Amino acid sequence: MLFMLIRRVFLGGVTVCIVSLIIFAGVEMLPGDACTQFLGEYQADEELLAQCRKDLDLNRPPIDRFAEWTQGAITGDLGLAADGKTKISTIVGDRLKNSLLLAFCAMSVGIPLALLLGVISGLWRDRLPDIIASTLAIFAMTIPEFVSATLLILVLSVWLGWLPGIVLTSAAAPASEFFPEILLPVIVLSFVMCAHIMRMVRSSVIDVMASDYVQMATLKGVPYWQMVFRHALPNALLPAINVVALTIAWLLGGVVVIEVVFNYPGLGRLMIDSISDRNLPVVQSIALIVASVYVCVNLAADLLTMIANPKLRTMYMRK
Amino acid sequence: MSQTPFIDIKNLSVGYTSRSGKTIPVLRDVNLSIARGDSIGLVGESGSGKSTLALAAMGYFKRGLHVISGQVQFDGIDMLNISRNDLQHLRGGRLALIPQNSGQSLTPNLRIGQQITEALRLHSDLPANDFDAGVIDLLSQVRLPDPVGLTDRYPHELSGGQQQRVAIAMALASNPEALLLDEPTTGLDVTTQAHIMELLRDLAKERNLAMLYVSHDLGAIARVCNKVMVMYAGETVLTGSTKQVLLSPRHPYAHGLLASIPRLHEASLPQALDGRPPMPSETIIGCAFADRCKLADKTCHSSPPPLDRLDTGEAVRCFHHDQISQLNQKSQKSARSMPVAVDKDTALSLVNLAVSYTQPGLLAKLFASQDTPPSTVDRITIDIKKGETLGLVGESGSGKSTILKTIAGMVPRQSGNIILNQTEPLDTMVEKRPSAYLRQVQIIFQNPDDSLNPRHTIEQILAQPLRLYYGLSGAPLRDRSIAILEQVRLGAHYLERLPSQLSGGEKQRVAIARAFAADPEIILCDEVTSALDVSVQAAVLDLLDVLKRQDGTTYIFVSHDLAVVKAISDRVAVLYQGRICEIGPVAAVYSAPFHPYTDALLGAVLEPDPDVAPRLTADDAVELSPPKTGCPFQRRCPRKLGSICETDIPTMQEIAPGHVIHCHIPRADL
Amino acid sequence: MTVSSNSHQQENGRFMTVMKDILARPSGRIGLTLVLFHILLALLSPSIAPYDFKLQNSSLMLSPPSGDHWLGADHLGRDILSRTLMGGREALLVTGIATPLAVMWGGFIGILFGLVGGRVDEVLMRIVDAFLSLPWILKMLVLIVTFGTGIGVLIPTLTFFYGIPVIRVARAATHDIIARDFVWAAKARGHSRISIIWRELLPNVLDTLMVEGAMRWSWMLLAFSSLSFLGFGVSPPTPDWGLMISDARGFMSFAPWGVIAPVIGLSSLIIGINLSADALAKALGIDRAQKAPM
Repeated sequence: MLFMLIRRVFLGGVTVCIVSLIIFAGVEMLPGDACTQFLGEYQADEELLAQCRKDLDLNRPPIDRFAEWTQGAITGDLGLAADGKTKISTIVGDRLKNSLLLAFCAMSVGIPLALLLGVISGLWRDRLPDIIASTLAIFAMTIPEFVSATLLILVLSVWLGWLPGIVLTSAAAPASEFFPEILLPVIVLSFVMCAHIMRMVRSSVIDVMASDYVQMATLKGVPYWQMVFRHALPNALLPAINVVALTIAWLLGGVVVIEVVFNYPGLGRLMIDSISDRNLPVVQSIALIVASVYVCVNLAADLLTMIANPKLRTMYMRK
Repeated sequence: MSQTPFIDIKNLSVGYTSRSGKTIPVLRDVNLSIARGDSIGLVGESGSGKSTLALAAMGYFKRGLHVISGQVQFDGIDMLNISRNDLQHLRGGRLALIPQNSGQSLTPNLRIGQQITEALRLHSDLPANDFDAGVIDLLSQVRLPDPVGLTDRYPHELSGGQQQRVAIAMALASNPEALLLDEPTTGLDVTTQAHIMELLRDLAKERNLAMLYVSHDLGAIARVCNKVMVMYAGETVLTGSTKQVLLSPRHPYAHGLLASIPRLHEASLPQALDGRPPMPSETIIGCAFADRCKLADKTCHSSPPPLDRLDTGEAVRCFHHDQISQLNQKSQKSARSMPVAVDKDTALSLVNLAVSYTQPGLLAKLFASQDTPPSTVDRITIDIKKGETLGLVGESGSGKSTILKTIAGMVPRQSGNIILNQTEPLDTMVEKRPSAYLRQVQIIFQNPDDSLNPRHTIEQILAQPLRLYYGLSGAPLRDRSIAILEQVRLGAHYLERLPSQLSGGEKQRVAIARAFAADPEIILCDEVTSALDVSVQAAVLDLLDVLKRQDGTTYIFVSHDLAVVKAISDRVAVLYQGRICEIGPVAAVYSAPFHPYTDALLGAVLEPDPDVAPRLTADDAVELSPPKTGCPFQRRCPRKLGSICETDIPTMQEIAPGHVIHCHIPRADL
Repeated sequence: MTVSSNSHQQENGRFMTVMKDILARPSGRIGLTLVLFHILLALLSPSIAPYDFKLQNSSLMLSPPSGDHWLGADHLGRDILSRTLMGGREALLVTGIATPLAVMWGGFIGILFGLVGGRVDEVLMRIVDAFLSLPWILKMLVLIVTFGTGIGVLIPTLTFFYGIPVIRVARAATHDIIARDFVWAAKARGHSRISIIWRELLPNVLDTLMVEGAMRWSWMLLAFSSLSFLGFGVSPPTPDWGLMISDARGFMSFAPWGVIAPVIGLSSLIIGINLSADALAKALGIDRAQKAPM
């Protein structure tokens, strides 16, 4: 068990290392560097360019700078933004907090709802509740987020005036000030994530309900709901863990479009702004943070599956 | 049937609705009544509707199935019109099921103790704090070792036999009045199966249970049932006492089915039952069996026969049940009386072959390198003569398939040699063998669903060896393919079909045809009939035998079924934990003197004859790896001598020329 | 009749059975109809569209639907109907080229490393994991911002990044197939590696890749339209649904028709592809719902 744990954590670490290499190498390979960007029209001036590169330490070999960068990242020092003054950790910190807030809200609505709907449509397969839920899921999965977000703003904000359609709170504001502005993005996000998880849970429930052990439990005289909760669901929900993890990773890193639509000051918008401004150090840091979150969440899901599945648990513990 | 019926099924028809909206029956107008103390065997091939009927007795139908007409009563209670609450009370209460494949019928996330406690809580009057004692009591009733430790285990940690016993214990928790058994021993080893059958037999007697035993295995039915009902294509075709049905069957189908079972005490191939049963979706006009029946005439094809009650107590659905005796004359067995001419030359030699599956991992190398587990297969030395059939027999884990895969080059050797035609070494894995050797050794796998590429037509499948080894193409390739197909008794019209359009038996014939297309010296047969119904099995065995006579091919035939091995082999090696226990000509191995393991195996075989009782010598414990030293069978041997069995490798005793027993017991005492 | 024409017939036969199975399902019928409709529309729209999509008419600015302009006009006074009809051309062209390319290169690498196995395979999988752990939009935007928008950048970018998850799928499918007895049977007969890959492996892995391709297509369309929406996709004045929605959003409160028309265009295409992919997966016997999106 312990060995397995170490192995998983090690492999996760390897992945993060490769990610940082990709990020660093990717940015190095792009034409231009922080100085050409910073100097803009003045970059033709060789002297200024050379001075700037000297200031920003860009003349050292890439390997040295990569080592320095990773060292800093491990200790939490992400370095300076492209302007050479602002600390990246301050810029990113607020945004990360806001992204976590959004993700947390969406998760606490979306995950329970998805599990509930998945189980219901799995149990009432091909009947009305399933048909409604599955059709909605197809729409949620296929309609682009910016479309559903736009439609929701149109209906709930513009026509009915129930909720504010856009976030005006500043990035550094405390979490409580984001209500009720955060509600619309939360609704859209939970709608989308709900669909993915629900479909997975539904098909898993259907498989388990057709299994021999569920038939056996029924023929043992176990009352229906007891059979569902004791025999079917613990097994049906196991494969959902990994999908939930992927969804969480997506929530923490990839909701750029939603943040842009609602003007929400999270990591996603910082990312897109930094890319547009060619603020590459910030982009690098965000990429590293998001990738690490992805790896950690997946690692957690694997471990959780291992603990929750008696087959895996005993395999690693009793041998 | 003098007593009042306890389970009573009347004129039951069950079906499903096809995509086109038609109702397709899987049970047609079936009657079945079981009294207390009665134990009825329900027999039929896969698809005959026997499991559906058994589950119907509990008022349960698989998703998609519905009752078309008829009644199901349990002790006067209408099971088809009963409240959900009452049904839950009956199921697992007065009426309990022991399922097929307990490994998948036990809930994987609940411990054994929890699952049995659940049954006790639902269906017994025990006070809650006696549940633990109750569980342990039940587990010891089904003779499971260490019942206390077992309660904490999860189902996947148990062996197949143990899982089956747990399922029985769970069924007994409610002290049921009727037991339904759905193929409860399918897939278990012979000794395990025999032990479980004896347990069931005792339970039925002790508790005066009404039992419905569903099985395709007539040997098991002979052991526990006093009446038998034979089903064919969703209909009852014959009922009668076990003796009547098994010893003098009055229906041509039952007759054919019984004839197709290989027997331990007969030195001949069983009689094949040609054709296949109709699919549920086919419309049947006359008798469902008419197409496969040797007695069938015009009437049989035009009007359905009624179920006639005979004076002797049987019920038969056949116009010609008085002519069954003709079948006996017609089917004078194509006895394998003449042994095949076996050449003096050796086709294949195994010299001290050893195989190990456990390769020490990096960590094991670092920490515990001195403690290497014993090899999976060890000390295998056999010479196989040209034209001979060598049977390898043993329970699961005996290493028989491993040996076959090592010869085929799918598993690496640990040490020892494999020599083809006395001179050509087959020591490398398959990728490195010269293609001339490869052609000479062909393999037929257990499951044709897995061994035939689902995306290839039969023509493409057969073309592969023909093109590779003989460079055929165009018209000659096609002609040769057709010729081979006809050899395996399939016509040219099969060429364009895909494997998914064939029945199990037809697929296995294609696999056999593919092996023979290479015109090999040696064919390795890995449990080739295990996935097939008995009647189909007989046809495949017959085919293998005929082909071998034509071509003088050498077979190495692996099977867990002792009767099958006996029917097809010239020589047999009995394996336990990857070591040879006994080897010799078939007649010698299957008669005394025996190795204690051979004795245990043979004694445990259930014959389809109510007068033959099994002898249970060794217990049915499962061993995960062979002992490090001494005799492989030491831990289960009923005749263990003492420490010598644990320390020394058993001596090879040559009982007769070619008949060798590996055992410390002196020859005179064996 | 020769063998080769025969096996060809068989492939045709299989194609027909799968097609029949797809069309037997309501989802397949609706899905394929929608996809076909959009493809036809993309081909014919330049000649069907009632007005020039670039034609600006300041007197029509944000005008509601009328007899002349059935869906009204946008903030520059351009005919929304004409722009909506043509709004899928660019998206279909780019994703229609990038999807098969992505499936091909991802499938090739996945099968190759699935066969090679060992250390090399381990390292590759870590690299694949690393790429998957980065948000798609970041990876693509960095390239697009650096090299500029336009088909020449979009197609290679989408092809590259959408091929990476395919590697994983193809590798897993390869592992499943090579463990099966028919592959062993072919090895034991002594067929060459190439022949085993070509005859035994590929036909079976291709099913999985086809379903994968159908899914990738719909996700790629989502990505493409999101890029357009964010202003990194198609450059104006080319009509594109994502861009149209983005432009019309600001006037949503008093001119909602500008949003609704492209929304319907985009959604119906993506739903069509998804329904077809679902039906295809079912017809081929592959369960699509089990797969997690990336």
